[in-house]
Amino acid sequence: MGPYVLRRLLIAIPTLWAIITVCFFLMRLAPGGPFDAEAPVAPEVLANLRARYNLDEPLFTQYWHYLGGLLQGDFGPSFKYKDFSVTELIAQGLPVSAQNGLCAAILAVLFGIPLGIAAALKQNSGRDHAVMGVAMVGIVIPTFVTAHLLLLIFGVWLKDTAFHLPAGTWNGGALPNRILPVICLALPFVAVIARIMRGSMIEAMRTNYVRTARAKGLPFRKVVMHHALKTALTPVVTYLGPAIAFLLTGSMVIETVFQLPGIGRYFVQGALNRDYTLVMGVTIISAALIIFANLIVDVIYGVLDPRVRYE
Amino acid sequence: MTLLSVRDLKVHFPVKVGGVFGHSVPLKAVDGVSFDLAAGETLGIVGESGCGKSTLGRAILHLLPPTAGTVAWLGKDIPPSAVHEMRREMQVVFQDPLASLDPRMTAGDIIAEPLRNYHSDLGRAEITARVQDMMAKVGLLPGMINRYPHEFSGGQCQRIGIARAMILRPKLVVCDEPVSALDVSIRAQVVNLLMSLQQEFGLSLIFISHDLSVVRHISHRVMVLYLGRIMELADRDSLYAAPRHPYTQALIAAVPIPDPDKERAKRRIILTGDPPSPLNPPSGCVFRTRCPHATAICSQAVPPLDSAGPGHAVACHNWPEIAASL
Repeated sequence: MGPYVLRRLLIAIPTLWAIITVCFFLMRLAPGGPFDAEAPVAPEVLANLRARYNLDEPLFTQYWHYLGGLLQGDFGPSFKYKDFSVTELIAQGLPVSAQNGLCAAILAVLFGIPLGIAAALKQNSGRDHAVMGVAMVGIVIPTFVTAHLLLLIFGVWLKDTAFHLPAGTWNGGALPNRILPVICLALPFVAVIARIMRGSMIEAMRTNYVRTARAKGLPFRKVVMHHALKTALTPVVTYLGPAIAFLLTGSMVIETVFQLPGIGRYFVQGALNRDYTLVMGVTIISAALIIFANLIVDVIYGVLDPRVRYE
Repeated sequence: MTLLSVRDLKVHFPVKVGGVFGHSVPLKAVDGVSFDLAAGETLGIVGESGCGKSTLGRAILHLLPPTAGTVAWLGKDIPPSAVHEMRREMQVVFQDPLASLDPRMTAGDIIAEPLRNYHSDLGRAEITARVQDMMAKVGLLPGMINRYPHEFSGGQCQRIGIARAMILRPKLVVCDEPVSALDVSIRAQVVNLLMSLQQEFGLSLIFISHDLSVVRHISHRVMVLYLGRIMELADRDSLYAAPRHPYTQALIAAVPIPDPDKERAKRRIILTGDPPSPLNPPSGCVFRTRCPHATAICSQAVPPLDSAGPGHAVACHNWPEIAASL
C-alpha cells in the first residue's frame, strides 16, 4: 500500500498544477480588476498600484512569477487586505474553519451512521419514517435558515436560562461560541449520511450472504456489525471524502451569520473583490484537501473490502 | 426417531393491491403443510417455481416467521429464544453459491464462523485444524483457506457453503436448490458429496429442488408441492413408480429420458396454462384448473391427504379412479 499512496501523492502534483493554471487564467478572464473601486482612482495611482503588484507585466510573466512564489510557499500579497499576505490570511482562518469543520464531520458520522442503521433495520416502521422525515427536513432547509433559527432560540429566547449560547461572536473560539456553528454545519451532513446509510444498509441486509449469516446462527448484532455494515459503509465513505474536504474549508453562510474568522467567507469575498491571489489561495487549499480526502477514501475502501488491490 | 414435526404450517405474505387506497391480500406461499422427518432421512421437496418450496424451507429454519402452524424440533416447540441453540443443529445450504458467501471474508473465516460463534472456547489452532479437516472432506484443498469467494468456481463455492453448514455437525441440513445454479457436470459431484457426508455424519437432509432426477437420486421420501400445498408425499420408489396424484404424474411424465426410443414411446401428460396466482387460488383443490381429471367435487371441497398405501399420502378426490384407469 505504501507505493500506492506515494504514487497517488505524486499524481496529485500535476493535478494541482492543472487546477492552479486553469484557475489563474479564468480569474484574469473575468472583467474588472482588484482596484476598480466605486470612486474611480486617478490613472497615475492605478498605474502605481498595478506596478506595485506586478499587474502591468505580461500575463505569462505574472503566471510564472506566481508559480515560483508558490513553490516557496508564498501565496502572494492580498489585493484587498492590504496589510496581509494570502499566506497569513489562510494561516489565521484555516485553523478556525478546519476545527469547526472537523467537529461537524465527526458529529455527522456519529449521528448519521447510527440513525441510518436504526432506520434501515426497522424499514417502513414509525422509527424509520421519523428518522427519514427529520433527515429530509435537514436537507431541504438551507443553513442560513437553521443558523438564524438556532440563534433565535439559543441566543435570544433562552437568554436567561442555562441553555443560553452566545450569538454572533467568536470570543477566541471558546466552547460555547463553537456549539451553534458546528451544529449548523453538521445538520445537513447528518441528514444526508443517514439517508445514504439507510439505503445501503437495507440493500446489504437483503443480500444472500446476510441471509446465510443469519442461518448460521449468528446473533443479530453480529450479522449487522460484521456482515452487513462493511458492505453498507462503502457509499457513505465515498460521500464522506469530498464532504469532509468541503467542511474543513468552512462555509461562507455560517461564518457570516456567526461572525467566525474562518476562510469560508474568502471564497465569495475574494471572488467579488477580484482579489486574485486570495481566490487562488483558498482554491489551492480546498483542491489539495479534496485530493487528499479522496486518497484517504481509497485507502479505506481497502480496509472495508479485501478484494480491493493497490497496484 | 422423529427429528422434525411440521404441523399445518402456513406462511402468508401480505401483498398490497390497488394503489394508494388498496388493501392487503395474503399471498399464501405455504398453506397448511404437515410432515415428519426422521433422523438420517432425506426428504426431497419438488414443485414448480413459486410453489412455496423455498418458503417452506426457510420457515422450517425459522428464517421466516410462520403465519400459523408449528415446527417442532425433537418433539419440542421452538420459542424465539431457542432459535439460536436450534441453529447449531439445523443448518442450510443456499441456492446461489457465490452470492451466499460474504465477499469480504476468506473461505477459512466463512467456514470457521459457526465454530467461533458456538464454540468460543476453541483455540485458533484447533479451529484452523477443524476447518482444514472439513475442507478436505468437501473436496477443497486446505491450502485454499485464505482465498476469497470470488477466487473460487461456482462448484467450489458451493463446497465452501456445504463445509460451513456441516462444520457444527448438525442433525439436519436444509438444501435449498443447492445444485440448480451449477453446471450439470458439477451437479452430480455436489449431490454425491452431500450423500456421502450424510452417511458419514448420519444427518437428515431436506433437499429442495425442481429437478426430479436429482431428487430421485438423493431422497428417501419425496414431497410434491403445488401452490403451497402438499399434493403427494411418499417414499421415493413408490412415488416414481406409481404416482397417484395427476400433478405428480404430469411432472414425472415431463422428465426427459436419455433414450430417444423410450422418450418417443412414453405417455405424455401435457398440462395447459400456468399455475394460478397464489393471491387468488382456486376453490377446493388448487390443482383442479389444470387437472385433466377434474370433476364437480374438486371445486367444492379441499381434498384431504388420503392414504394410498403404506407411507403414501395423496391429496386428490379421484385418485382411486385415476389409478384404476391407467
